Amino acid sequence: MRVMAQIAMVMNLDKCIGCHTCSVTCKQTWTNRTGTEYAWFNNVETRPGQGYPRGHEDQEKWKGGWRLKHGRLVPRTGGRARRLARLFANPELPTLDDYYQPWTYDYDNLISAPLGEDLPTARPRSLTDGRPTAVTWGPNWDDDLGGGPEQLAADPVLRKLNDQVRLAYEQAFMFYLPRICEHCLNPSCVAVCPSGALYKRIEDGIVLVDQDRCRGWRMCVSGCPYKKVYFNHHTGKAEKCTFCYPRIEAGEPTVCSETCVGRLRYLGVMLYDADRVGAAAAVRDEQDLYPAQLDCFLDPHDPQVARAAEESGIPHDWLTAARRSPVYALISTYRLALPLHPEYRTLPMVWYVPPLSPVVDALSETGHDGEDPAGLFAAIDALRIPLAYLAELFTAGDPAPVEAALCRLAAMRAHMRRVNLNEPQDPAIAASVGLDERSITAMYRLLALAKYDERY
Amino acid sequence: MALRRAHHRAEQAAAAAGEQLLRLGRSLRPAETTPDLRAVFRPDQSVNDAPYRERWAHDKVVRSTHGVNCTGSCSWKVYVKDGLITWETQQTDYPSVGPDRPEYEPRGCPRGASFSWYTYSPTRVRHPYARGVLLEMYREARKQLGDPVAAWAEIVNDPQRRRRYQAARGKGGLVRLDWDEALEIAAAAHVHTIAAHGPDRVAGFSPIPAMSMASHAVGARFMSLIGAPMLSFYDWYADLPIASPQVFGDQTDVPESGDWWDAAYLLLWGSNVPVTRTPDAHWMAEARYRGQKVVVVSPDYADATKFADEWLHPHPGTDGALAMAMGHVILTEFFVEKQAPYFTDYVTRFTDLPFLVALDARPDGTHTPGKFLTAADLGPGSPWKPVVFDAATGRPAVPNGTLGERWEDGGEGRWNLDLGPLEPELSFHRPDGPVIEVLLPRFDEPGGTVRRGVPVRWLAGRPVTTVFDLLLAGYGVRRAGLPGSWPAGYQDPTEPCTPAWQETITSVPAAQVTRIAREFARTAAASRGRVMIVMGAGTNHWFHSDTIYRAFLSLLLLTGCQGVNGGGWAHYVGQEKVRPYTGWQQLSTAADWNRPSRQMAGTPYWYLHTGQWRYERYGADALSAPTAPGLFTGRHTADLVAQSARLGWLPSYPTFTANPLDLGAAARKQGLPAGEWAARELEAGRLEFACEDPDAPANWPRVLTVWRANLIGSSAKGNEFFLRHLLGAEDNASAAEAPPPDRPREVRWREEAPHGKLDLLLALDFRMTSTTLFADLVLPAATWYEKHDLSSTDMHPYVHAFSPAISPPWQARTDFEIFHGLAAKLGELAQGRLDTVHDLVATALQHDTPGETAQPGGHAPDWRTGAVRPVPGHNLPHLTLVERDYTAIAGKLAALGPLCEQEGMPVKGVTVYPEPESRWLAARCGTAPDGVAAGRPLLDTDVKFCEAILALSGTTNGRLAAEGFHRLAARCGTGSGLRELAETVAERRVVFSDTQERPVQVGSSFEWSGKEAPDRRYAPFTINTEHRKPWHTLTGRQHFYLDHDWMAELGEQLPVYRPPLDLAALGDSGPGQAGNGRSVTVRYLTPHSKWSIHSEYQENLLMQTLARGGPVIWMSVADAEAIGVADNDWIEAVNANGVVVARAVVSHRMPAGTVFMYHVQERLVNVPKSTATGRRGGVHNALTKLLIKPTHLIGGYAQLSFAPNYYGPTGNQRDAVTTIRRRPQNVEY
Repeated sequence: MRVMAQIAMVMNLDKCIGCHTCSVTCKQTWTNRTGTEYAWFNNVETRPGQGYPRGHEDQEKWKGGWRLKHGRLVPRTGGRARRLARLFANPELPTLDDYYQPWTYDYDNLISAPLGEDLPTARPRSLTDGRPTAVTWGPNWDDDLGGGPEQLAADPVLRKLNDQVRLAYEQAFMFYLPRICEHCLNPSCVAVCPSGALYKRIEDGIVLVDQDRCRGWRMCVSGCPYKKVYFNHHTGKAEKCTFCYPRIEAGEPTVCSETCVGRLRYLGVMLYDADRVGAAAAVRDEQDLYPAQLDCFLDPHDPQVARAAEESGIPHDWLTAARRSPVYALISTYRLALPLHPEYRTLPMVWYVPPLSPVVDALSETGHDGEDPAGLFAAIDALRIPLAYLAELFTAGDPAPVEAALCRLAAMRAHMRRVNLNEPQDPAIAASVGLDERSITAMYRLLALAKYDERY
Repeated sequence: MALRRAHHRAEQAAAAAGEQLLRLGRSLRPAETTPDLRAVFRPDQSVNDAPYRERWAHDKVVRSTHGVNCTGSCSWKVYVKDGLITWETQQTDYPSVGPDRPEYEPRGCPRGASFSWYTYSPTRVRHPYARGVLLEMYREARKQLGDPVAAWAEIVNDPQRRRRYQAARGKGGLVRLDWDEALEIAAAAHVHTIAAHGPDRVAGFSPIPAMSMASHAVGARFMSLIGAPMLSFYDWYADLPIASPQVFGDQTDVPESGDWWDAAYLLLWGSNVPVTRTPDAHWMAEARYRGQKVVVVSPDYADATKFADEWLHPHPGTDGALAMAMGHVILTEFFVEKQAPYFTDYVTRFTDLPFLVALDARPDGTHTPGKFLTAADLGPGSPWKPVVFDAATGRPAVPNGTLGERWEDGGEGRWNLDLGPLEPELSFHRPDGPVIEVLLPRFDEPGGTVRRGVPVRWLAGRPVTTVFDLLLAGYGVRRAGLPGSWPAGYQDPTEPCTPAWQETITSVPAAQVTRIAREFARTAAASRGRVMIVMGAGTNHWFHSDTIYRAFLSLLLLTGCQGVNGGGWAHYVGQEKVRPYTGWQQLSTAADWNRPSRQMAGTPYWYLHTGQWRYERYGADALSAPTAPGLFTGRHTADLVAQSARLGWLPSYPTFTANPLDLGAAARKQGLPAGEWAARELEAGRLEFACEDPDAPANWPRVLTVWRANLIGSSAKGNEFFLRHLLGAEDNASAAEAPPPDRPREVRWREEAPHGKLDLLLALDFRMTSTTLFADLVLPAATWYEKHDLSSTDMHPYVHAFSPAISPPWQARTDFEIFHGLAAKLGELAQGRLDTVHDLVATALQHDTPGETAQPGGHAPDWRTGAVRPVPGHNLPHLTLVERDYTAIAGKLAALGPLCEQEGMPVKGVTVYPEPESRWLAARCGTAPDGVAAGRPLLDTDVKFCEAILALSGTTNGRLAAEGFHRLAARCGTGSGLRELAETVAERRVVFSDTQERPVQVGSSFEWSGKEAPDRRYAPFTINTEHRKPWHTLTGRQHFYLDHDWMAELGEQLPVYRPPLDLAALGDSGPGQAGNGRSVTVRYLTPHSKWSIHSEYQENLLMQTLARGGPVIWMSVADAEAIGVADNDWIEAVNANGVVVARAVVSHRMPAGTVFMYHVQERLVNVPKSTATGRRGGVHNALTKLLIKPTHLIGGYAQLSFAPNYYGPTGNQRDAVTTIRRRPQNVEY
C-alpha cells in the first residue's frame, strides 16, 4: 500500500443553477489575457448539448483518454509510435472553430463616431485577426437548450441513447454541467506529453504544466478526453486549470468553489492507494471502473491507513483533513457522488452528485405524491432526465449506481419533510437506502446547510 | 488490412520498446517508479509554476458592490494590483443566519463577476462630452453674448438651431470638453428653464435608490432643492405590483430570500429565480432537501424548471385563470364543504371578508356589488369606518382598526385588529334566508356576465352581504339554496372558475390544478401558513397584472399564509428596499430644507410627453365591464389621465400652463393663500392644467437629467416614440395616429405633433449606453468601485458599503461630486436671475397621510362639471408655496437642514424627531461655518452623507425605531406589544464604518411591516399578525374587495380573470408589414436576460461571449420552421411601433406562438440596419407602446392613493404582438 493524498472536488449538480459565475471568476482570474482568449479553465454546459469544445465527448473523433489493448492501458491517441508520427500534424486536435473564434466589438465607435446618418453601433471583430466577423459559435452556444433539436442531437451522449423524443417541448429536460480539469489519478495528458512537461504533484495530486518544459507539442490537448488542456497561442505553451494552487497552498478554496453561488462545490482530501491505481484503470468492463476507483480510496479512519499515511510522509493535518473531508463523505460514505466518464480510464478526481430534480410529471401521472418515498423510488427510472443519460455520463452506462444515489437524495427529502411538518418519523425511509436517522441527517446537513467551513 | 496489421505490429513493438526503456530507466534513475511502471515519482525536479503565483498575487482587496438595479446587493472583494483593478470575487462574511440553515454567502452572479471589465473598457466615458453641433453653437453664442444663460436661451429660442442639434441626437459626433464648460452649459440650461418655464419643466430620473443610496439621494436632493420633479421608476418599469397597494395598502414588502427556507411548499410563478435572483436561488435548491415541494409555473422550460417537482405551463398571460381555479378548489373544499379552523380564524381577523357590502339595484332590476357599508350609512358616523355584522349582538358594528381610527380624533388606542367581544359573521348564508342575484362580469367571453345569488340582510334600508359571500359568487362556489348559474362541478368547463374552465383557457390539465390546489391548502393548514408563492415579471408585466396578482394573493390570504414566516407572497420584480428608509427619504427629497418636493409618476409623464397617447385608437370604455355604469363612455385614456391630475389623484408635472414661479408671485401679490387663489383661477378658467394640453410648447419638459440609469436603452416602453417626440431624433415607428372620432375630448389635440420637446438631455454615466448616445451632454461618472456609498435590498437583511478600490480614473467624478459641482455653478448663475422666489407646488393626495381620506366612498365628482367647487387637498391637489433661494442651493445640498427635527420625519404615517441625531451628526461631521446652513451638520462628503442616512433611519438607529414604535403604540393601544418591541431594538446602532467592515444586519423598525433579528428572518406583515397592527387600508385588513367607482367601472371589485389584451380588437399596434417571404405573428415577451447585467448593461464582452454575441430572439421550433429560420439566422420583427433586427435562437424550450426577446438588448453592439426601414434596428422596447390601465390612476381614497413608486399606472409591455420573418442574411452596419 502506498498512501497518497489528493485534493479532490465534488459538485452537486442537483443544486447547480447554471449561472456560470464560476466560469467568469475563473476566466477573470486566470485567462483574460492574450493567447488564452478562447480558454475557459472552467466552463458550464447545458445538457443535452454539444458542450465546449463542440462534441468533446466523442472519443471516436478526438481519441482522448485511455483504451484497453490486450489488457494493457494505452492512450487512445495511440502508442508512442503513432503519437510520434503525428507530432507535426495532429488530426485529433480541436481547432479554434471547435472551441469558438473569440471576438470583440468596435466599442470605440460608440464614443468616437463622427456625426453621421444613423446611430453608431459596435460591430463584432475577430480577436484573432482583427477583421470584422460574424458570431456563429461560442463557448456556451447551447445555453438553456438554445440551438434547436438538430444541433442538440449532436450531443455525443444523447446520440448513444438515440432518444430524440426528449428534444420536444413537452418532454424537455436540461441540467447544467460545470467542468474543470479532472486532476485524474491516471492522467492521460501527462502520459502523452513528449516533453515531460505535465506532472501530477506528489503532495496534493494537482496536475500542472511546467511552463519551462512545455514545448507546445499539444499532445496533451488531444490526450485529455475532457479537453481541459488549452494551447496558449501567444506563449506557445499548454495551459490548464491549476486547481488554484496558489490559493490551495494558502488554505483557501479554488476560485470556482468559493464563488459558486449555488454552493454546490466541495473540496477535500482523498487518500488513495497508488499501488491500486494501475489495476483499477485497467479493469476489463468499463462499468467496473467506478467501483474499482472507489476501491483505490482509503478509509482515513482506518488505523492501518493512518499508520501507512504517516509512513508515506503525509502530514498529520492532511490526515485530519481527510477524515473531515466532505468529498470523502459524498464519494465513499454516502455514495452520492460519481465520476465523470469513468470509461476514459483516467480515474478523474472531480466527481458529481447527479441531478434529482425535476421529479416531474412521471410521479403525478401515476397519482403519486412527490413526498411519498415509495412512489418516488418507483418513479426514478421515469425521471424527466433520462436515467440512461446520467448513466452514460457517470457510470459508463450502468444505471444502478445513479439510481441508488438519486434514491438516497429522494429519501433524504422524504425524511426531512416529516421533520419539517412535525409529522411522525418513519425509520424505514432512511433504512430503505442503507442509512439511519443519524447518517441521513448528517447527509442533509452537508448537502442542504452546506456551511462554508464544511464545504471546504 | 495488411497495412493496419503492420501498423499494429509497429505499435506493439514501439510499446514493448518503450516499456523496456522505462524498466531500464527505473534501474538507472534514483526516482521511484510504481511496480506497474505507470507512474514515476520525481521529488528531485524543479518546475516553473511561478507565472500562476504571480498572476494570483495582488496588493489589496477592497469591499465594494454593484449599484445595479438588480437588488442583489452582494458584497464583493475587489482585487487591486499595481494600482489597477484586476478582478472581483464574492465576499463570504455575512453574519450567520443560524446554525440550522444555509447562509447568504457567497452572494453574486456572473454579471457581477464581470463588472470590472467596465473599469478600463473601450466604452468607458473618460471625459465630459457634448454633441459637437450644440457645443459649437453654444461657444459661438457664449462668445457673442458673454453670458452662459443668455447663450443657452438664444440657441433654444431659435427654432432652426434647436432643430439642428436635436436632429443630430443619436448620430454620433460627440466631442470632448472640459468639466468647467460642461457644468456651465448644464447649469445655464437649468437656470434658463427655471426662469423661463418653471422648475417643474426640469426633471430627474434615477431609479432604485437602494442600489447606491447616496448616489441616488444626492441628485434627487439637488432636484428637490431646485423644485424639479423626480420621476418614479417602480411603476414605470411595470415592476410595481399594483395589487400590493390595493390589497395590503403597502408598496411592496416581501420576505428576504432566507425565509424561502421556512416554506414547506413553494410555487415559482412566472419567476425564473436562477436567472433573475441568482444569488438567492440556492435557498430554493436547498430548501427542497428540507422536504419543500417546488412547483414551477412558466410557459417555457425556464431555468427554474430544473428544480421543479412539477411544471405547469399555461399559455402566456393566462395565469390568472389558473389561480382563480385553485381558489375555486380551496374555497370549495376548505370553506364550504369543510372548514379549516386556522383559515377561518385568519380571514376573519386579518382580511376584509367579514365586512359588509351594499348591493346596488340597476335600472333593469338586477343588482351589482356596491360600496362598503360604513358607520356613516348607519347613522351619524364616519364614512371611513366600514362595518361587520356581529353575531354576538345580531347587529352591525364598527370593529377597531379601520381607516377612521387611524386618522380621526378618538382613534387613539383603537387602531388595532383586536376584535374584543365582536364575532364578525363571515357569511349570511342560512337555509331559506333572503337571497339576491348579483350580476358579475366574466372577461373570458366578450360582454359576458354571470348571475349568482348571494345571501343578504337588509340594513340601513338596503340589501347588504359580506365580502366572503360575494367572493364565493365570484369564484363560482355553489351553496345550497342560492339561485343563479353555478358550475355543475370541477369538470364543468362552461362556468367560471372551475378547474375544467381554466383548462380551456390555460391548457393546464384540470386534474393537475385540482391536486396542486389541495396540496397547497393542506400544507398551509398543516404548517400554519408556510406556503409561499414567488411571483415574477412573467406574471407581473401584463396590462391586467393586478388582476393576476389579486388571484394569487387570494390563495395566500384564504390559507393564512401572509404575515407568517415561510409563507405569503414573494414578489421579486424590480423591487428594492432602502432599509435605512427614513434617512434616505429625508435627504433625497431635501425635506430637511423645504417641503413638499415634486414626485411624479413616471408612466403618465412619458405617456403624455412622448406623444404615445396620440397613437391610441380605442376609447377608455373598451376596457369597461359589461356591468359598468359607463363612466368612461366617449372618453380617451388621456382624458382620464387629465382627470386624475385635476382631482389630485396623481401628481402632474409640468402642473399648470404657467410658470409656477410666476403663479407664486401672483398669489402673493393677491395676498391670498396660494391654494385658495389658484382654485379660484382654475374655476374661472384663467388657469389650466398642463396635462390638458401636453403638446403646447409651454407645457413641454425641457431639461432631463438621467443618472444611474439607462432610460432610452432599457425602460423606455414605446422607445421609438421617445425618439420621435421627446428627443426629435429619427425613429422606426409606423403607427397611425388616432383618427378624429377616437381622440381625447378633454385633452387638446394639436394637429402638428411636436418633434423634440427636450432642450437638454443630460446623462451621467461611466459607459456608453443608448441614453448617452442620444444625450446632448455626457458627464463621466465614477464606477461602483470608485466611490463610497451604501447598499441594501429586501433579499437579505444587511446594509453594506461601497468603497473606492481606486480613485475615479481619467476625468471621471462621482455622482456626489458632479451634483455638488452643478449646484455650485447653478447658484452662481442664479444670482440676479432667480435669487429668492416663491414656487407654487401642487402635490397629490397622498397615501399614509390624512390626504387619503379626501374623497369618501371612492366617488369621483369632478369640479370641472361645475357640480362641486374645487378645493385644494380635497378634489384638487394640495397647493403649497415654497420659498427657494437659488443662490443657496449648494450650501443646502451640503448640510442637513433644520426641518427634520423641527417638523419631524413622517414615514408611512408615523413621525419621528431626530434631535439627538442632529446633534450627533454635528459632532461627527462638523458644522457649516457660514452661509445658509451655518451651524448645521455638514454633508459635504459621500461618507458623511452615508453616515446621515444611517443615523436618521430606524432600521440602523434603534433609538429612532423605538420612538416610531412608541408613537405607533399610542395609536394602536397598549395591548399591541409594540412598546415591548421598541425596547428590543432601542440599543441597536449601525455606523458607516461598521458597514465597511462587514455587512451588518439591520433591526425591526416602524418603517417596515415585518420583524427581523439575528435569529429571525424577515417576513412582511408579521408586525400586523403578531401585534395586531392594522394594514394601511380602508378596513385595516387585507382587501379582497375594492369599491372605488372606477374599480366598479372596470368590473374588478373582486378578484377576476382578465385575459391578455386583444390588441387587434383595440385597433392598436397591429402587426406591421410582413415584407417579402413567409412570416409568423407571435406574442412578443421581453423577460429578464441571463446575459446582461440586470436590465441595463448588455454590451459587456464576457457576457456577450457567454451568450450569442448580439441581439437575439428565442423562438420555438415550430415557429422557426414556419418561416424557414435556422438557429442563428438573422430575422426581423416588425410591428407598428418599430423594428427589431436580431438573430434567432431556436429552441424546443419555447412554446409555439410566443417569442422572447430578453430585456435590454440595445443597439450598442452588433445591430445591423433593418431591411424594413433602412435604419438601425431597435432595442427590445422598439416593439412596445404604453397602455395605461385607468384603475391605476385612482387616488385620494384610502390605500388607493398616490405615493411615489407606490401607486400609479404601470408601464406594462407584455401584451405586445409582432410579425417575424427571415431577412436577407447579408447584413450592413
